[in-house]
Amino acid sequence: MTSPIYPLTKEKESQSTWQFLMNELKPRGKWLTPFNLISIPIILVGLALIVIRFTEGLGAVSNINQEVPWGLWKGFNVVTGVAFAGGAYVLTFIVYILKVEKYHSIVRVTVLNGFLAYMFYAGALVLDLGKPWNIFNPIIGNNFGASSVLFLVAWHFLLYIIAQLIEFSPAVAEWLGARRAHKILSGLTLGAVIFGITLSTLHQSGLGALFLMASEKIHPLWYNEFIPLLFLVSSVFAGLSMVIFEGSISQRVFFRKISEKNRQARNSMVQSLSKICAFGMFAYLFMQFLVFIHGQHWDLLNTSMGYWFLLEMIGFVALPMALYFYASRTSNLTLSRVAAVITIVGIILNRLNVSIIAFRWDAAVRYVPSWMEVVVAITIILVQIWIFRWVISRMPVLDEPPKWAKNTSH
Amino acid sequence: MTIDRRKFFKSVAITGMTIIGVNATGANKKSSGDDDTEFHGILYDSSICIGCQACEKACAEAHGLPEPTAKPEVGVIRKTSENQRCVINAYETSQGEVYVRNQCMHCNEPACASACLTQAMYKTKEGPVIWREDKCMGCRYCMISCPFDVPKFEYGSTNPKIQKCDMCYDRIIKGEKPVCVETCGDALFFGTRRELVAEARRRIAEIPELYIDQIYGEHVAGGTGYLYLAPVDHKELGFDTRLQNSSYPALTKGFLYSVPSVFVLVPTLLLGIHEATKSRKSKEENHD
Repeated sequence: MTSPIYPLTKEKESQSTWQFLMNELKPRGKWLTPFNLISIPIILVGLALIVIRFTEGLGAVSNINQEVPWGLWKGFNVVTGVAFAGGAYVLTFIVYILKVEKYHSIVRVTVLNGFLAYMFYAGALVLDLGKPWNIFNPIIGNNFGASSVLFLVAWHFLLYIIAQLIEFSPAVAEWLGARRAHKILSGLTLGAVIFGITLSTLHQSGLGALFLMASEKIHPLWYNEFIPLLFLVSSVFAGLSMVIFEGSISQRVFFRKISEKNRQARNSMVQSLSKICAFGMFAYLFMQFLVFIHGQHWDLLNTSMGYWFLLEMIGFVALPMALYFYASRTSNLTLSRVAAVITIVGIILNRLNVSIIAFRWDAAVRYVPSWMEVVVAITIILVQIWIFRWVISRMPVLDEPPKWAKNTSH
Repeated sequence: MTIDRRKFFKSVAITGMTIIGVNATGANKKSSGDDDTEFHGILYDSSICIGCQACEKACAEAHGLPEPTAKPEVGVIRKTSENQRCVINAYETSQGEVYVRNQCMHCNEPACASACLTQAMYKTKEGPVIWREDKCMGCRYCMISCPFDVPKFEYGSTNPKIQKCDMCYDRIIKGEKPVCVETCGDALFFGTRRELVAEARRRIAEIPELYIDQIYGEHVAGGTGYLYLAPVDHKELGFDTRLQNSSYPALTKGFLYSVPSVFVLVPTLLLGIHEATKSRKSKEENHD
């Protein structure tokens, strides 16, 4: 059964689309790898916990309470995760708008990463909603809470997922061998990129803007009216650090997928991305400094929360910034990767500080996530990695697109 | 025809907001209908309240919640919960023991309603802030936003509700008083917010030795539907004195208003850069 829009290529024509899909669903290569052996039990426990969450209520698995209503799933999976998906909009800007060709070979994998990240953050959100069956209320019908920041974030989420799907769709078309669809979908890329970057600037900052009304609930060292801007700027180097980190792993795991030429290119990319990160972090640090001076919170520095704040700013922003600078000057790849990991930890710290740790820091009973929340949070990420791996080993993401696709491209 | 800068930006903003569906005038447009219904509220006089809990019990009964068992006790702060919409606490002050009631403040510009992305939290034109079950998706952003920590969530339920005082909205639209006011002797007084402020001022002026010259709720959080008279400084009565006097939804206004301009300016800028960088290369039709 081949439709004219999706004509299968010759070698696949002997089998039906259904057989093709079933065949593609089977695992490739040996599956008793260390990663699988660790991740499968966690995912199974996580899925069981998700069932309990829906049959017994949120309180059965989660420690969130009346004063801290957003826990790990929102603070980590959604608010932190979106920052790491920021690499997609930064790279599409560099490649499609600024036309810096040297990053072209990593755009697809970054967009795929971003797309899957958003899908799974939406999934985490559904788990966290008390009444998930009403999730379409802000999208359809007359229930537009248009004065809500969350309303904007929800819409931008949805639209951005669609934009990323369009950006990635040529790879799907190449996988299916659909030439005409490929041509049409490739033509949509620029529009999707422009739309996607605009949406990203708005919801990266929007996730920060969510906390603007909690002005007394967040510790004054983290709360300020510039949270949206700080979130936006930090998403640039958060996303790129994730690109460097993910690249270093992909390069090892999917070694054979990456051509020799691209492998060389990747190393020089890491060097320039390090430099971009360093500059981004310098701007971010400078803004944090201005906000701090403006807030006149010198006295708060000499408290336990103050030390925590200094640790975040010096240990996880200033230090990786210096490492990035040094790594880019000495073209030290390992150092770049170390800096990327420290930056990633720093971003997790920052987002968790705003959404959980410094949120209601003065409450009598502090929120500490239950082990069940942690397992579910990890499950979401593991399933995402599984699907990422499934796509990488089937679609032309890391490796070169088929020849016919190149003819329609440049 | 001349068009000044201000008007120009305004029209750009309005056009942008229409495109993306943002209500340019913010949260409270819908609550000011054509009729001249005024916001109603309740005046609570803590100098009169004896902490008998009659209002707590009446409230629990009226809303199908378990009857409260704990009594107000100095040194113990009871909190509203998913099982209790209002509580009375006792405070030892410089003027002796004083009782303070705690429930939804029914803000003039409620943070919860402006936070709600489905309009489940809703400021009615009669004044009460109500919660509408069929619209709510349970995201709990209202709880993040409320400066008074009022909305409470039923974490133990598979079909959870938000519990909070709704000022007995169903009774108010029938022309009746809220059950707490109905039950209470003198400490609770129901009326339009304008009447309540006048009444509070009258009491302060007539018996100045009984009250401090401040009405809690007149200005806090942009003004609330619940107003408090107190014999001692609010600090002694457990009020959160850090709360701002301007409205909470105003804190997100700058961000929300920037959205339409970003939607107009960023794509334009990106297209411009795209065109500018295009000429350097030969043919580039496909961007895959």
